[in-house]
Amino acid sequence: MKLQKNTLLALCSVLEFAARPGAQLSAAEIAQKYRMSSHHLAKVLRSLGRAGLVRAARGAGGGYRLAGNTRRVTLMDVIELFEDISAPRSGARRAGRRVKAESGATAFEVEDAIGVVLAEIDEIAKATFRSITLETMLKLVERRRS
Amino acid sequence: MISLKKAVPAARRAPEAARIRGVQPGDLEQIVEIDAGITGLRKAAYWGEIQRRYGGGRQQRFFLVADRGGRIEGYVVGDVRDWEFGSPPCGWVFGIGVRPEARLSGIATQLLDAICDGFRRLGVGKLRTLLARDDPLVLSFFRSQGLMAARFIPLEKDLD
Repeated sequence: MKLQKNTLLALCSVLEFAARPGAQLSAAEIAQKYRMSSHHLAKVLRSLGRAGLVRAARGAGGGYRLAGNTRRVTLMDVIELFEDISAPRSGARRAGRRVKAESGATAFEVEDAIGVVLAEIDEIAKATFRSITLETMLKLVERRRS
Repeated sequence: MISLKKAVPAARRAPEAARIRGVQPGDLEQIVEIDAGITGLRKAAYWGEIQRRYGGGRQQRFFLVADRGGRIEGYVVGDVRDWEFGSPPCGWVFGIGVRPEARLSGIATQLLDAICDGFRRLGVGKLRTLLARDDPLVLSFFRSQGLMAARFIPLEKDLD
């Protein structure tokens, strides 16, 4: 599964907030760390805000902070805001005739079988994203640092 | 001496720490009850057999419970498996359960730590388990304990 740039940015952002509970972080601060435009990041943060994952504070010293519980919010909670996770794999399940061919498999049957394998991969990816909370991710970051 | 501290209501007191110990025959009914509460299936015969095979401190086999004042709050079962499909000996956990009302108090972590200590004493350096991908609660727990995808992939088929 390849994630879009916005999704990756959203994941990095919520992990930044999760790593510093209570702290207000500005979009510029995060954008600089991940070498992204703050304009682009602001859009991502607005989506996270609408979903109730981050909360914005206005004015001097304002910024964003995590609104969710790091032990409850999973990677999937963030990913599903930016990715169409319910969409079937493109080209894998093209509508086609289900009529059995005289000899050999039809295009539909071959594509259907490929779709089964790709769906299996997607299901595993989704289960993985659903099972990893922000707190677990922070632990993983720490383990990989040491 | 009189304490000036206001008494904390029992319901708000920190729960008494659980003691992790080997399973005893008298624990079985509570274990069956915990498992039935989680899975919806009462499997007394199965747990009796598991206790017979894994209880009593058998070599390479572990059946531990979390005991809080005589009440069993959770259990963990596992063993050391040698050279399955070429894998060096590893610690395998095939059952863990905690009473729903005792969750979020570190019971499962205590149980897992204890069984891992047992595996380490046997010279094992790897922990494995098998989880349903539609069970995010248990998956999340094991993930929080640092487990990652293994190099083994579980496969299955329907037998006609």
